[in-house]
Amino acid sequence: MTRYVLPAVFLIGLVIVLGVGLRRDPTFVPSPLIGKAAPDFALPRLDDPAQLLRKADLLGDVSIINVWATWCGGCRQEHPLLLQLAKTGGVPFFGVDWKDDTTLARQWLAELGNPYKAVGIDADGKTAIDLGVYGAPETFLLDGQGNVLYKHIAPMTVDAWQREFVPRIASARKAAR
Amino acid sequence: MHRMIAYGLLFALLASRAVLAVDTEPPLPDPVLQDRYVSLTQQIRCLVCQNEAISDSTAPLAADLRREVRRMIAAGQSDAEVKDFLLARYGDFVLYRPRFQATTAVLWLAPTLLLLLVVVTIWRVIRRRSGLPVDVDSDEAPTTTGRNN
Repeated sequence: MTRYVLPAVFLIGLVIVLGVGLRRDPTFVPSPLIGKAAPDFALPRLDDPAQLLRKADLLGDVSIINVWATWCGGCRQEHPLLLQLAKTGGVPFFGVDWKDDTTLARQWLAELGNPYKAVGIDADGKTAIDLGVYGAPETFLLDGQGNVLYKHIAPMTVDAWQREFVPRIASARKAAR
Repeated sequence: MHRMIAYGLLFALLASRAVLAVDTEPPLPDPVLQDRYVSLTQQIRCLVCQNEAISDSTAPLAADLRREVRRMIAAGQSDAEVKDFLLARYGDFVLYRPRFQATTAVLWLAPTLLLLLVVVTIWRVIRRRSGLPVDVDSDEAPTTTGRNN
């Protein structure tokens, strides 16, 4: 009887490991930036390309960076929620327009509404790479010093906002007092 | 004649990989740098088409990442510096050969350990089997002299 113990233990162990591991999303790439400073950037502003949107412009309070583009279906999908959160969420939204047609981007915001305090144009995608972006939309939560607190991949949802963003915003502001 | 055609087709098929190349940038002027560039891009995962390296992927992000790798190599950065750049932004998953560290140790060691486990188990089973009493079908001489005993 005892010779079955070792294989049984091994089997149970394997079932547990697979039971946990196989439920995870294998395509999800966790961000190594969480807890670290967001990368510096200086992007031409969508509303006035002669002006720059810099990381320094975001500092001082918690802020959101949303990476989007007009070619991105998920961005279209999350847009109404972003409009709502920009109004009621109490946190400023900044946009990074990723490898996009700037004319279309301006039209888009004019037609659908603009949740962003300012939008930076990332024409060559270098800033997106610095942020570790691998698909649009992606939404970053930054604290007042410009550290990345959280990164949400795929369209924003009310659930994700409530569960992941709201508590972090509150504790970051409390810590800043 | 048929053999020549067959060989010709085989050659064309093998050579066609160059025609189907995804990376359309002209090669770097220094062949040593170009080799390093090609080798590196084959080790870096495309995070959009995650089962492809950036050398093979047609995703726009792959093109952007190739451009960055090329820029860094042309600027004289080492392979380790290029990898560090990508690891800082995308994490361990971006390299096909993740660095050996505490978080990836299980990934690296598990196949060898499992193989060891299998070998030890087989060895033990064989040893145990060879200790069992002799079957009536075996070649060893029976303890009785005839059928009716």
